[in-house]
Amino acid sequence: MQVFIKSASSISPQKTFGQSSFLTEPVEYAGKKLTCIEPDYSGIIDSKLIRRMSRIIKMGVAAAAASLKEAKITMPDAIITATAYGCLEDTEIFLKKMIQNKEEMLSPTAFIQSTHNTVGAQIALMLKCHNYNNTFVNRGFSFESAILDAILMLQENENNHVLAGAADEIIDTSHSILSRFGLYKNEPVSNFDLLQSGTKGTMNGEGATFFVLTNQASKENQAALDAISTFYKPQSITETEKNILSFLKEQSTDINEIDIIITGKNGDSRGDEIYQRLSHSVFKTKKQVHYKYLCGEYPTSTAFALWVAIKILKHQSIPSILGMNSDSGKPIKRILIYNHHQNLHHSLFLLSAC
Amino acid sequence: MGNPVLVAGVGVISAIGKNTAESLDALESGRAGMGEMHWLNSVHKSKLPVAEVNLNNEDLASLGGLPSSVSRTALLSIIAAKEALADAAIDNLEHLRVGFISANTVGGMDKTENFFSEFISNPQKGKLRDVIHHECGSITELVADHLGIRHYISTISTACSSSANSIFFAARLIKNNILDVAVAGGTDALTKFTLNGFNTLMILDPEFCKPFDENRRGLNLGEGAGYVVLVSDRLISSLKKQPYCSLSGYCNANDAYHQTASSPEGTGSFLAMKGALKQSGLNPSDISYINLHGTGTQNNDISEGTAIKLLFDGHYPKMSSTKSFTGHTLGASGGVEAVFSVLAIRHGFVYPNLRLTTPMKELPFVPEIKFLKNEKIDHVLSNSFGFGGNCSSLIFSKLK
Repeated sequence: MQVFIKSASSISPQKTFGQSSFLTEPVEYAGKKLTCIEPDYSGIIDSKLIRRMSRIIKMGVAAAAASLKEAKITMPDAIITATAYGCLEDTEIFLKKMIQNKEEMLSPTAFIQSTHNTVGAQIALMLKCHNYNNTFVNRGFSFESAILDAILMLQENENNHVLAGAADEIIDTSHSILSRFGLYKNEPVSNFDLLQSGTKGTMNGEGATFFVLTNQASKENQAALDAISTFYKPQSITETEKNILSFLKEQSTDINEIDIIITGKNGDSRGDEIYQRLSHSVFKTKKQVHYKYLCGEYPTSTAFALWVAIKILKHQSIPSILGMNSDSGKPIKRILIYNHHQNLHHSLFLLSAC
Repeated sequence: MGNPVLVAGVGVISAIGKNTAESLDALESGRAGMGEMHWLNSVHKSKLPVAEVNLNNEDLASLGGLPSSVSRTALLSIIAAKEALADAAIDNLEHLRVGFISANTVGGMDKTENFFSEFISNPQKGKLRDVIHHECGSITELVADHLGIRHYISTISTACSSSANSIFFAARLIKNNILDVAVAGGTDALTKFTLNGFNTLMILDPEFCKPFDENRRGLNLGEGAGYVVLVSDRLISSLKKQPYCSLSGYCNANDAYHQTASSPEGTGSFLAMKGALKQSGLNPSDISYINLHGTGTQNNDISEGTAIKLLFDGHYPKMSSTKSFTGHTLGASGGVEAVFSVLAIRHGFVYPNLRLTTPMKELPFVPEIKFLKNEKIDHVLSNSFGFGGNCSSLIFSKLK
């Protein structure tokens, strides 16, 4: 079922939050990670609460609040949150103290805020919202599950507005552990050159991005989300190709009708091979843009990709940092997002201009 | 209401048994699962009773088929999920759209704790294999891979209501024709992280818990896993055995009161129960049995009790908290209690609320303290409420 995106708000490593311009001043990072440019929270969150909140909670709550404000919705009919890693900062604080203090003399604050549903719960608490509230935590499918749940909510009930989004944070410890798995580049690299490196590893990323989705058509909607699909551990590139083509077919469209493909290419030669292969098969001759050199790699990064797609459709222009010139006046009608997370979690989003 | 979603199979493991048969036997004979810690290596060993599954990781591994080196949370999950699938005995699963929708609260934290104690002294130390399955979703995937489920996989984490929400979500995926079959529920192993977390909140009972008792002092933590196999009624003619019941109602609401405490009036619980009744098209008087959330904390039981009073005033169904047997299995509790609810319908059972001696003064009803057989159980309401105000209620109904 087609649903509409009423608003989209993102706190990311780029200047995305509270900006009317669209990625006009790209931010460069050198090193192994891209971390969020955080706003001044004082106008967004109650100052008493800010002090207690970890970074992921602040970012999640602020992105959600901004998204509601933009949509002019005070009380969403559902709050659906995605996070792959959960509240890492509070988890680490409690875990570390517990080990160092040998399970004695612990304070509950970090534990209370360590549960994966904290961001969703804090949004509900802030709004005094008693409606449906859910949190999905399945790695590279977390955000996709949240969006599917949102679509189902809109399909099952009338006149609904669903707030859905994702939040994941980098902490020093998670970065250090994930680095030991060999996920990031060994050599110094600028995020702007990430996709051309041709070596193993990518750059770590994070972000909090929320959307208000609705089933009501309106001129004010920013884009339409036609469909979403996920597939897990495809056994071959052929299966991936087949899944992409059948996804489009189910939506009564085909690749020729897609104006732009946004891919999850992340500069890691191991995973990028899949995108490379697709460029020569199903995506052949299609315009492709990539987003991970702007936000880094993390399991819920597709929320940032969705934000980019919505803004392209809304502004009917492609920022030059995305490396593709907007065509002379030709309208951008349809965008396909294809991402895979470690070749385990593959996802597709199909969007249309309103 | 749409077409009903049917329960075709159940599987459970907890401190009272490693399968449904053992669990029912314990429920009938009043045998609680709490005791002194055996497997969890905590300094609170002699002070805080827990409801542990009575098997070490090696035994769990040989029972479930996963390597004993993985998180206990996955080891528990696979045993209950396999039992549920075997129980459902659905032919041609490979030709159906099958999903695995699981839930847990701390993923592979039991292993992360080992990793971290070495890691904090030196960031190059700690075995990576102990932290590779830290994420909640990773536990689900270990089990899904072993079960051969690939079509749709998801994990929910909403604290103590996690697996009620995974059953709820799975049912909607079936109703919306995205899946034909779903294995849905949740799992959680005891960890030092959660034990100490709950201990700092001062809501752990140093004795065996007494849900809905005037003199209740808190909860006992437990561990386990519980799954139901949900099938679309489109499949009913191809099932080899009669489904147990239908999942006729479900609702998720938020208390929006406090990060960990429930509102005194039980707003979230009230809305969840009321919404589930509305969705199933039932009246409060239609409910035969409520499987209470009933943790045994001061706060939960008065909050849940107040909501029940408001909603069921005048026609209280039989009710009990089976956490008096299993302890609070957190992310697994909604799944474990869904299995007990389904079995209550199948066998006409009402389970006892153990150790209830002094009913709560504020409440006009008293949970059942005896095991009842041959009851007419048509509709069971199962409550799961959690941190973050996340409240969910499920209703299982006998097939007409």
